[in-house]
Amino acid sequence: MNKIGLIVRREYMTRVRKRSFIIMTLIGPILLAALYVIPILFAMYTSSGQKKVAVVDESHWFEGRFEDSKQQVFTEIIGIPIDSIKKKVLDGYYDMALYIPAMQLNAPSKAIIYSMKQVPMETEGYIKSVMKKEIEEQKLFASGVDPSVVNAVKTDINLSTIKMNEEGAEKETFSKVQFSLGIGLSMLIYFFIMTFGGQVMSGVVEEKTNRIIEVIISSVKPFQLMMGKIIGVSLVALTQFAVWILLTGVIFVAFSTFIGLSGTQVISAGTLMDQQIAGNDIMSNETVKSIMEIAGSIDFGTVICSFLLFFICGYLLYATLYAAIGSLVDNNTDSQQFMLPVTVPLIIGFLSSFYIVNNPDGQLALWLSMIPITSPISMMVRIPFGVPYWQIALSVVLLIGTFIFMTWFAGRIYRIGILMYGKKPTYREIFKWIKYK
Amino acid sequence: MHAIEVKDVIKRYADHLALDKVSLTVARQSIYGLLGPNGAGKTTLIRILNQITAPDSGEVLLNGKRLQREHIARIGYLPEERGLYKKMKVGEQAVYLAQLKGISKNDAEKRLKAWFDKFEIGAWWNKKIEELSKGMQQKIQFITTVIHEPDILVFDEPFSGFDPINANLLKESMLELRDRGATILLSTHNMSSVEELCDSITLINKGRTIVQGAVQDIKRQHDTHRHEIIIETEHPEALNTLTERYNMASERLGENGPFHLTLVSVAPNEALHEVLNIGRLVSYRDILPSMNDIFISEVQSQNHIS
Repeated sequence: MNKIGLIVRREYMTRVRKRSFIIMTLIGPILLAALYVIPILFAMYTSSGQKKVAVVDESHWFEGRFEDSKQQVFTEIIGIPIDSIKKKVLDGYYDMALYIPAMQLNAPSKAIIYSMKQVPMETEGYIKSVMKKEIEEQKLFASGVDPSVVNAVKTDINLSTIKMNEEGAEKETFSKVQFSLGIGLSMLIYFFIMTFGGQVMSGVVEEKTNRIIEVIISSVKPFQLMMGKIIGVSLVALTQFAVWILLTGVIFVAFSTFIGLSGTQVISAGTLMDQQIAGNDIMSNETVKSIMEIAGSIDFGTVICSFLLFFICGYLLYATLYAAIGSLVDNNTDSQQFMLPVTVPLIIGFLSSFYIVNNPDGQLALWLSMIPITSPISMMVRIPFGVPYWQIALSVVLLIGTFIFMTWFAGRIYRIGILMYGKKPTYREIFKWIKYK
Repeated sequence: MHAIEVKDVIKRYADHLALDKVSLTVARQSIYGLLGPNGAGKTTLIRILNQITAPDSGEVLLNGKRLQREHIARIGYLPEERGLYKKMKVGEQAVYLAQLKGISKNDAEKRLKAWFDKFEIGAWWNKKIEELSKGMQQKIQFITTVIHEPDILVFDEPFSGFDPINANLLKESMLELRDRGATILLSTHNMSSVEELCDSITLINKGRTIVQGAVQDIKRQHDTHRHEIIIETEHPEALNTLTERYNMASERLGENGPFHLTLVSVAPNEALHEVLNIGRLVSYRDILPSMNDIFISEVQSQNHIS
C-alpha cells in the first residue's frame, strides 16, 4: 500500500509541475468564462452602437410598423429614390437602407437591405418578422376578415412543460437549461476521459521506452505500478477540474460585479443572447424569470454527485484499458491499432448524447446509460432531466463491476506487455497472456 | 546454507520451453556467472529471482527460505534493459527508487550523498537525467541498484554501454561489494570479466544447464593438453625431426628468431626433455582453454546434437 502511495505521489507531482499542465489549468477557465462573457460583451457593445436604418417603403404597407429598439432606429423616408439613400449609406450617414418595392399581395417582391457591413442577425430577423406579420395581416384583411378579429387572434404563447412523478409532485421543466447542462457535463466527461486516459497511456509507454520499467517492477508489482499511475493521474484530473471550477467562479463573480449584474442575471443574459442570435423572438421577462426558477429546481446535489461518481468510475474503467494499450506498444504512434476498440464506444457515447438529449427517457437513452462503456457519458446527459435513483444506482453498480473486471483483465495484459519489446503482439497472443502464471 | 538455491525450475512460454529443470547454488559472498547465448533463458531465470515472473514448477530459495515478496528489499537488480525517467531530476529519482525498495527518505538521501561523493558526481543532484551522458546515467543506475545495501545483487549485462574506464570502476565496485558481504549473480557475454570476477558459473543453452561448477575446475576439465614452447636453437634440422616425431606445430618468429612450438600431449615430459637438449628455452606454458573457448565449443556441440 505504501508503495502505491509513493507511485501516486510521483505520478501526481511530475504532472502538476509540468508547464503544459499549468498553462491548460489556467487557460481552461478563461476559455470557459469567455463562453459567457463574450456574448454579453457583444450584446453590450452592439446595443450601445444603435444601427441607423433608413426605410424606403414604396409599398407603404409598413409605415410606422418598425419600432426602434436598443439595436436599431428606423427612419422612414418618403419621396427620395433609393439610389440617393444608398449614397448616404456609403457616406456613413445611415448604417443601412431597407428598400421595399411596391408589391402585389399575392406575389410579394423582394425587399433589400443595403449595408456597408454585415447586417446583424437580430436586425435582419426583426425586419423579417415585422414584414411577415404585416403581410399576413394584409392578406387576412384582403380576404375579408374583420380587423378586430385579426387583432383578437394575436396571441402570445407561453408554453411550459410540467413533469409529473408518481407521488404527484409536479416539476416545471425548461429543457434548454437541462439541454445545455446535460450536453456540457457529458462533453466534460468525454473530454476528461480522453485526455487523462491518454496521459495514462503515454505514461506507460514512456516507462517502456525509457526502459525503466524493469527496474521499477523489481521493486513493486506491475499491478501496483499500474494502479499507482491511474490513481495519480486521476488526482491530476480532479485537481485540474477543481481549479477550473474555482477560477471560473472567480472570473464569473468578478465579471458580474464589473458589469453590475447579479450572477443569475448574467446567466439569463447569456441565454437571452443565444436566443436572439438564433433569430428567435426576444424572450419576455417572464421567460427569463422561469429559466432562473428552473435552474433552481434542478437537483444540483444529485447532478454534482453523479458527475463526480460517473466521472471517477468512467475514468477508472477507461484508464485501465489505456494502460493495457500502452503496455502493448513501444511508442505512442503504434497505439492506433489497439486504440480503436477503446475510442469507438467513447465516440458512440459522445455522439449519441445529441439524440439522448432530445429524448432523455427513451429506449436508446436507457440502454446506453446502462451499458458500462457508454454509461458515464450517456447517463450524464440524462441526469439534469431527472433520472430515477434506481437507474442511477444500477448503472453505477454495473460500471463498478465492469471496472473491477477490466482492472483484472488489463492488469494481466499489462504485466506481460510492459516487458515485451519489438514485435507488436496479435490479439490472439494477448489473450494467451491472460492465462500465464 | 547457500545465498541462492534454484531447484529444478521449469518455465514454459506459449510455444517454447524457456527453462528446463535448471538448478544452481550460489555460495555466500561469491560472484557467480550465469552464461549462455542470447535467448538461452538467462533473463527468464533472473526475472524469476526478482519475482517479476513465477516458475511453472521448481523452487527458488534465498538464504534457505522460499522466495517471497519480502525478499524484494534484499535484492538489487540491474536489468539488461535499463533506464531512468528522463525528465526527472537525478537526486529526486534516486530517492524515489530507493523508497520503492523500502528505504526511508532520510536514509536514502544520506546514503546517496555518500555514493555521489564516492563517484564524484555530487554536482549532478539537481540535473535532469536527459542532461547527462550515457556513461553518467549508467553510474546513477548502478548506485540506484545498490543503494538499499542488498545481500543479493543481480547484474544482467552490466558492462554494456560502459567505456573501459567505467567498466573497471564497476568491476572494482562489484569486488568491493562482495568483500563487504554481498552475493553477486552476474549474467554477461563478456568472458574476460567472467574469468576476472567469477568463482563459479552455470552455462545454459536453450533452457538447459550444459556446464556448471567452479571456474578453475571447468577449465581443468576442458583441458586440451596443449603446451606452448618457445625455444632458440642453432639446429633447426634437429628440431624439425623432433616436431615430426611428436607431432608438434612449429613456427619461426622472425627470420632468425626463436621457434614457437605447440605440443598436444597428456604426457609432455619426454618431448620437452628432447627439445630442451637442442636449444635454449625462452618460455613454456600449459595452455588452459579460455572461458570464451569453452563457451563456444560447448554451445556448438549441444546445438549439433539437438
